[in-house]
Amino acid sequence: MMVAPVLSVEHLTIRFGGLLAIDDLSFEAAPGDITALIGPNGAGKTTVFNCITGFYKPDVGRMTFRRESGESFLLERMDGFRIARAGVVRTFQNIRLFPGMSVIENLMVAQHVPLMRASLYSVAGFLRLRRYLDVEKQAIERARYWLDKTGLLDQADVPAGSLPYGAQRRLEIARAMCAGPSLLCLDEPAAGLNPRESLALNELLLSIRDEHGISILLIEHDMSVVMQISDRIVVLEQGRKISQGTPDEVRSDPEVIRAYLGVEDEETAVAVLQGQGARG
Amino acid sequence: MEGAVSKTSIVALLRDAGAAAIVAALLAFPLLGFRLVDSAQGLSLDTRLIWVVYAAAVVFAGRFLFSLARVLYEARPRAVARPKVAVPGRARYLVGIALIAVALLLPWLPFADRNIIDKATLILIYVMLGWGLNIVVGLAGLLDLGYVAFYAVGAYSYALLSQHFGLSFWICLPLAGLLAASFGVALGFPVLRLRGDYLAIVTLGFGEIVREVLINWGAVTGGPNGISGIQRPSFFGLPMVPASPDGATTFAQFFHLAFSPNHRIIFLYYLILALALATNLFTLRIRRLPIGRAWEALREDEIACRSLGLNPTMVKLSAFAIGATFAGFAGSFFATRQGFISPESFTFIESAIILAIVVLGGMGSQIGIVLAAFLLVGLPEWFRDLEQFRMLAFGAAMVLIMLWRPQGLLSHREPTLRLGGVKPLPVKEAGA
Repeated sequence: MMVAPVLSVEHLTIRFGGLLAIDDLSFEAAPGDITALIGPNGAGKTTVFNCITGFYKPDVGRMTFRRESGESFLLERMDGFRIARAGVVRTFQNIRLFPGMSVIENLMVAQHVPLMRASLYSVAGFLRLRRYLDVEKQAIERARYWLDKTGLLDQADVPAGSLPYGAQRRLEIARAMCAGPSLLCLDEPAAGLNPRESLALNELLLSIRDEHGISILLIEHDMSVVMQISDRIVVLEQGRKISQGTPDEVRSDPEVIRAYLGVEDEETAVAVLQGQGARG
Repeated sequence: MEGAVSKTSIVALLRDAGAAAIVAALLAFPLLGFRLVDSAQGLSLDTRLIWVVYAAAVVFAGRFLFSLARVLYEARPRAVARPKVAVPGRARYLVGIALIAVALLLPWLPFADRNIIDKATLILIYVMLGWGLNIVVGLAGLLDLGYVAFYAVGAYSYALLSQHFGLSFWICLPLAGLLAASFGVALGFPVLRLRGDYLAIVTLGFGEIVREVLINWGAVTGGPNGISGIQRPSFFGLPMVPASPDGATTFAQFFHLAFSPNHRIIFLYYLILALALATNLFTLRIRRLPIGRAWEALREDEIACRSLGLNPTMVKLSAFAIGATFAGFAGSFFATRQGFISPESFTFIESAIILAIVVLGGMGSQIGIVLAAFLLVGLPEWFRDLEQFRMLAFGAAMVLIMLWRPQGLLSHREPTLRLGGVKPLPVKEAGA
């Protein structure tokens, strides 16, 4: 890979009391790739996410985020909201929408930063000046685009909390996209989705990567998602990286088969890693 | 329908009522069962156990009838489940317009005497305070138990500025707002990390600190004696007095009216009405701006806010500062209306009443706050003869409303934006 990675994590280590949650983890995510982070429960995947997005401060390590423009940011030194402004936006394992606000309002909150700037810290907005109204209209159009893309357009005005589970997952992705990320971090986006929904999710993620050129970092348990859409996979176990590579390389790595499932029976493990016999 | 009340359910109801009666008897035994008698031999205790029996009997009958009524009510056949009564936006708008019209015409209605206008002014002060606190509690979701501190800052700012520098009400009003806002920021900074109960306790403490300072800093604030002889507002420079001491034109002379003390009462009424309406319009508009949406988003989920690039510090501080500004305005008005202020006017119970108005009104509902202010401030004023029972009625009303409408009187939330109403632009690359 000659291109500079969009995210490089070097020697990341974090300790919670006596527990070594992440132990000297290094990996890179290439621009325009879908990089998946997999591993058994408790391997520390979400902890890595929390470090990258500024919710935890690592004890040791450096995390560098590079934008297409060449600007680079040292994430371990930044507040969570500044990381989001720089272009690393995440979703959550247990969905965190603004449940009492309508779907479209959720997407407008995601565009807070440009809107706030256009409203001149509310002065122009208060006077309803043209320069604010234009930006607001653009924001609404962007929200409409992502609602259309995630199939939520006809539910734009209902409270986000009243959507069914799968729709809430999609809304969270739409909201993250409205925040204008360069790197989208998705924490188990397929959790709780039925097979049809998870197929639609695959398409959505591929289109985010291909049409919008956005890099994706993905935590996922659902192998039918991971194996089909990931470009690179990093496998964690107990806070350490045990394998990395393309889906095919990872799938055939005996270390992964052993660790990921904790079973000796190789055939079962292989079947699961292949996404319950899905094509691959 | 008769079948709904079977024998077993009657027994269950009787048992339930019996349990309530036992609790009542236990409570009544020390409270009603003894009486202090002042006789020639000194004080002695007398028993009147029959009162305990009365209390238990009343509770038994009341509880039984209440539950019976509820069983019958719930068993009643319902053809269609009634949809939730959501007052449509248009109707709410009309109600709002009607309320404003009544408020504007009030001083000219035949029954409106000085007393009624005075009470309406008082209610409007609380409506304005409720609307101001609503920004902090209803929109941003920051539970503030010390809101009255900002009200006090506004009142003392006006009183001190006008006494020491002779500034007029109209100059002091924005200054008082500004000072209250800076107190809001000063309170906001240390409590940024706190939420919910912890925030409530700290703001409660802040309110008490401000009051203690007012009491103890006698050299500046006049201590417990307060400040008297505060300048009354003028009608854009025209004083509302029978005859101006320095020979300036008075309000009555300028408009060729006979002097009447009612002029000032009516003027004050319109002044607070204008201030309150300004607060309302401000809130309605700012809700639709990014900052307003950020407040509501913060209330819903602070972590999600941070993950989208919102700076929670700024969002919280702005809510505190803007909420405090309106309390500062209301405080100035209070000072100029009363002509006298003292720390007694800014006790915790005031904060509690304002918060109760916001919560009862239905967090975030503007009309609900008017209704709640009327119930909590207006009604007690009219029934002053029953002063002793005021807190009893207050508590009972709170319990009833929370049982009946746990979300507040009017809890419907109007979205700040509807995509349905926005026409799509011609197709173009909007998302890229």
